[in-house]
Amino acid sequence: MPEAAEPAPEAPAAPRVDAEEMARRAVRRRWLLNLPAILWLILFAAGPLLVVLLYSFLAAGDYGGVRWELSTDGWFAVLMTRDIFDDTLRLQDAHLAIFWRSVKLSVMTTLACLLLGFPTAYFIATRSRANRNLWLFLITIPFWTNLLIRTFAMLEWIRAQGVINSVLTGLGIVDEPVQMLYTDFSIMLGMTYVYFPLMVLPLYASMEKLDFRLVEAAYDLYASRLQVLRGVIVPLVSPGIVAGSILVFIPSLGAYVTPRVLGGGKQMMLGNLIELQFGQGRNWPLGAALSISLLALVMVALIFYVRAAQKGGEGHG
Amino acid sequence: MARAFEVRRQRGFVTVAILCFIALYAPMVTLVAYSFNAGSSLALWEGFSLRWYGAAWENEAVQEATIRSVVVAVSASVLATAIATMAALGTTRVPHYRGLTAVYALINQPLMVPEIVTGVALLVVFAIVKEATGYHGLFYLIAAHTAFCIPFAYLPIRARLQGMDSRLEAAAADLYASPWAAFRHVTLPLMFPGIIAGAMLAFVISLDDVVITEFVKSAGQDTLPTYMLGQLRRVVTPEINAISTVLLAISVAIVSIFFLVTRKRT
Repeated sequence: MPEAAEPAPEAPAAPRVDAEEMARRAVRRRWLLNLPAILWLILFAAGPLLVVLLYSFLAAGDYGGVRWELSTDGWFAVLMTRDIFDDTLRLQDAHLAIFWRSVKLSVMTTLACLLLGFPTAYFIATRSRANRNLWLFLITIPFWTNLLIRTFAMLEWIRAQGVINSVLTGLGIVDEPVQMLYTDFSIMLGMTYVYFPLMVLPLYASMEKLDFRLVEAAYDLYASRLQVLRGVIVPLVSPGIVAGSILVFIPSLGAYVTPRVLGGGKQMMLGNLIELQFGQGRNWPLGAALSISLLALVMVALIFYVRAAQKGGEGHG
Repeated sequence: MARAFEVRRQRGFVTVAILCFIALYAPMVTLVAYSFNAGSSLALWEGFSLRWYGAAWENEAVQEATIRSVVVAVSASVLATAIATMAALGTTRVPHYRGLTAVYALINQPLMVPEIVTGVALLVVFAIVKEATGYHGLFYLIAAHTAFCIPFAYLPIRARLQGMDSRLEAAAADLYASPWAAFRHVTLPLMFPGIIAGAMLAFVISLDDVVITEFVKSAGQDTLPTYMLGQLRRVVTPEINAISTVLLAISVAIVSIFFLVTRKRT
C-alpha cells in the first residue's frame, strides 16, 4: 500500500515524469485501493455462491453435507418426487405450493405497500420543507431498526391475546379471538409492515421532484382527482413506483424471519424451505438448488427493473 | 385558489398517510411499553417495573450474546469501513476505466442477493473451512458481517467524496504537498464525516443481522438477535421486550446521529 499511496514524493521536484508513467501509476493505485474490497467480497460474498451452484449438482450425504459425485437429484427434487411405493414420477406438490405462496405473498405485499406507501409519500412530499425532513425521519427510523424486533412487535399485535383481538373482543365485535397468526395473511401483514419504508423512500424521492404546478394546472383544466392521479402524477413518479416495488418484492421473495415468526413453521416460504434442507431435511444439494432457484427469480426481477428504469430514463432524458 | 390549496391536501391521502404512520409506530410502542410490565404477561398490564431489564441484565446467555454482538459489530464495522474507504477512493472521482462497472457490481452484490442465499452459501463454505482447520471461532461471523457491511459503509463515503471540491487537493499539490500529505491533510479530513456515517450504518446493520448470523454461527455462538429468535420459540416473557427496547434505542440513537452528521453538509 505505501508505495501506491506515495507514488512519487519526488514528483513535484521532477515534473517531467512522463504522462504515460503517471497514468500507469494512477491505474495501479486505483486497483490497489479496490483490492481489499474485491478480495473480501469474492471470498465471503460472491465466491460462496459458486460453491452453492456446485453443491446443487452433487449427491446428498447421509447426515447432511454432500458426497463428491455428480448428481442431478438436487435439482430434480426441486419440483419432482418419486412415489415411495411404485417409484413413479410425480410433481412435488409441497414445493410447488411453497413457490406459489412465496410469489403470491410477495406480489400481494408489494401491492399493499404501494397502495399505502403512495399516499404516504405524497403526504410527505407536500409538507413544508422543514416538516418534510421530520416525516422522512419517521419513515427512516423503522428502516434502520431490527427487522426481527419489528416482526416481534407485529406478532404481539396479532396474537390471539394481542392488541387487535383484545380490542375486537372488548368492543364485542367478535366473541372469540380471530386466529390471524400462522396464516398467509399474518405473513403478508408482517412483510408489509417491515418493508413499508422501502416503498416510501424511493416513491418520495420521485415525488419530491414532481412539479406540483402540473397537478394544479390539471385541476384548473377540470380534470377529476382520478384523472389527475392517472394522467399526471402516476406517469411522472413511475420511476419511484418501479424502484419501490422492486425494493419490496425482492426481500419479500427471500424472506425468512417474518414467515418463520408469523407463519410459525406451518406456512413456509422459499427461505424457510431452504433452511429446512440445511437443517432437519439434511438434503444440502436440494437446498443448494432451491437457493439458486431463488437467486434466479431475484435476477429476473432485477432485469425487469433495469429494463423498466431504462425506459423511464429515456422518457425523461 | 381553493383548488391550488387542494393539491397539497388530497384529503383521502392525508388520512391514509396518518394511519400508516400510526400503524408503523403503534406495535413498537406496545413492545416498548410491555418491557416495563411488572407482570410476566405480554397481554395483561400489571403496573410499571424495571424487573425485566434486571432479569435480562443478570441472564448469562444475554450477557454473552451482548458481548459477542458488540465484538462482531465493532470488528466488522471497522474492517468494512476501512475497506469501503479505500474502495471509494479507488472508484470515485476517477475517469471511467475498464472494470469499474464490475467493481461496482461486486460492492453492491450483497444488497442484491437474498440474505438467506448468502447465509447458506457461507454455511457451505465455512463448513469446509471448519473441517479443514478445526477453527470454530468468531472470525467466520466477523468475515461474513464485514462482507455485507461493505456496501452500507461505501455508499455514504462515496456520496461525500463525490460532493467534495477536487480543486482543494489540486491547490494542495500546487503548494508542493506530496500526494500523501495532500491526502492526509486535505482529502481525509474532508471525507471524514462520510467515513463516520459509513461506520455507523455498518455498525447498525451488523448489530441487527439475524439471517446470515443464524447460518454462519457455530454452536453456542448466539448474538443478541439470534438469541431472541431462539427464544421466540419458547414462552415469551417481557424480558425479550426489554432486550428489544435496548436494541431499538441503540439503533435510533445511531441513526439520529447519522442524520445530524450527514445533514450538516447540505
